Amino acid sequence: MKVLTGNDLRTGDVTWWTGSDWSRHVDDAADVGDEGEEILAREEAARRVNVPYIIEATREEDGSVRPAHIKDRVRALGPTVRPDLTLKPKDPEALDWII
Amino acid sequence: MYQYDKYDQAMVDARVAEFRDQARRRLEGKLTEDQFKPLRLMNGLYLQLHAYMLRVAIPYGTLNSTQMSVLGDIADKYDRGYGHFTTRQNIQYNWIKLEDAADILDELSKVEMHAIQTSGNCIRNISSDHFAGASHDELIDPRPYAELMRQWSSFHPEFSYLPRKFKICVIASEKDRAAMRLHDIGIQIVEKDGEIGARFFAGGGMGRTPMIAPMIRDFVPVDQLITYAEACLRVYNRYGRRDNKYKARIKILVHELGKDEYTRQVEEEFAHMLDQGVEPPLAEIERLKTFFASPAFEDGPKTVDRSDPDFALWVDRNTNRHRHDSYVSAVISLKPVGGIPGDATGDQMRLMAKLAKQYSLDELRITHTQNVVLPHVRIADLHALWTALDEAGLGSPNLDTIEDIIACPGLDYCALANARSIPLAQRISERFASKGKTEELGELKLKISGCINACGHHHAGHIGILGVDRKGKENFQLSLGGSEAEDVSLAKITGPGFDEDGVIDAVEKVTDVYLSAREGDERFLDTYRRIGMAPFKEALYD
Repeated sequence: MKVLTGNDLRTGDVTWWTGSDWSRHVDDAADVGDEGEEILAREEAARRVNVPYIIEATREEDGSVRPAHIKDRVRALGPTVRPDLTLKPKDPEALDWII
Repeated sequence: MYQYDKYDQAMVDARVAEFRDQARRRLEGKLTEDQFKPLRLMNGLYLQLHAYMLRVAIPYGTLNSTQMSVLGDIADKYDRGYGHFTTRQNIQYNWIKLEDAADILDELSKVEMHAIQTSGNCIRNISSDHFAGASHDELIDPRPYAELMRQWSSFHPEFSYLPRKFKICVIASEKDRAAMRLHDIGIQIVEKDGEIGARFFAGGGMGRTPMIAPMIRDFVPVDQLITYAEACLRVYNRYGRRDNKYKARIKILVHELGKDEYTRQVEEEFAHMLDQGVEPPLAEIERLKTFFASPAFEDGPKTVDRSDPDFALWVDRNTNRHRHDSYVSAVISLKPVGGIPGDATGDQMRLMAKLAKQYSLDELRITHTQNVVLPHVRIADLHALWTALDEAGLGSPNLDTIEDIIACPGLDYCALANARSIPLAQRISERFASKGKTEELGELKLKISGCINACGHHHAGHIGILGVDRKGKENFQLSLGGSEAEDVSLAKITGPGFDEDGVIDAVEKVTDVYLSAREGDERFLDTYRRIGMAPFKEALYD
């Protein structure tokens, strides 16, 4: 699947396009198919996202979304060296998902 | 300490107001990211993996306790309770909101700090010896000359759009504690026939094409320093490549022209400029010297009670001989075993500020190895200082050991990185500490970069590690034999790379080779230089 991601203009937070809005959680990401560039241009112009780009990802059997590249998995969860600052601070196994 | 005059303060205040307006216009959609990006970068505001990152300049790594305390307050108020001291003697905040950035710059300006020229193709923060003005072995305090360079290079209209970023280092001792020859220009203050002047080195750097700067002049009189520096920059600005960012640094120009031809052009430009009034009057350097006047050192005890072995070890490892025999410079390690190199919490910053006020004549320094120095500590106060540091987790006795690892933020934070560097540093320090091998190995400088840009100085590590991306997976190249010191050299790659577990094992294997081959008091680097790469490769790959 193709997923659209960027950083929130105001906060810098990593965000993922859900099909109708932006979410902090990669599992909410929608497959943008061939429409990524069009959505990207529209959303950037609307100042809802900063430096958006399209990435490859896979939807797992449990419905979660896994970006293909480690860099985007780090972006999705947070720094591996500060589990307390990730989106899943109470899940000690969450970091395994990145590597 | 440097001191702002009314012009400095007015310039910084004006820049804060200007940036506040630019950020407002960006948030209101009146500026596109393409328009805004160069403006935010001029104020040190990057966009990294998780958020905006603000890099704050710490001029030649020098700051006072009020400034350090404010840095800690900013960490708590605007970030997530910590900051990261960098290999450029600066500090970075990793979790900044655009809407807060102008407020942070405003708070910094109130304590004579800013983030100007911490990004972009301009002259960056001047770096220097972190023991400047304190060490027993320096010819003269280099900070007035570093300050002269800072004032000259700040907002220099001719050098605001260079082909690429430009880094200048000023030292004043034969011992190089600032990686001087790995800068675009390295300046060593020297004495010749009773006169003070400077050796100039040009064209050094790390990054994807590491180079050691050759000396281009062995003596520039003190009243011609700025003119000569300007001549160096002019030749670079004129002929440095702008068509390929990977070949745009001055090191490429010096290499391609050759040292002799580059020097000839600099000398020609210098001769042309000498009578054009570029140089500030000598009275200016004398004025700057008053900012760094030697404190009133007091005589006192010259030795410590070594009955506490932990304290004695810290004294041996983490202090440097001072020019006054009743004082030492104490290094606070930001490398606890298993910790993140260079990170300090807001509380730790405020504690270091308090201890600097109490024990170090209100001064602190940031080292390029991501530690903090209290430059002027009375030997009589050392035990009290160490006790306070140790209670706060800042008493690691590991300076220049394999636990004192330089590591860039790597893929955990940095948008440019290909691999994570911090976890390697954590695991390596844990591995060697748990096996009790740190002391046995002695001085061993290990440096880790998460990409070819080499912010972690891996080219200059006795052991260097470079993280690369191999088909979407992290891979790590090991290199040996680098040094950023006066015996400067560039590390050589051992061979094929390793995965994360493999490179940690590889580090242990090369240290085992060293321990078995070591003669006398040889450091790892000395043994490597004597026996060469072959025994290490054999241990790693056969």
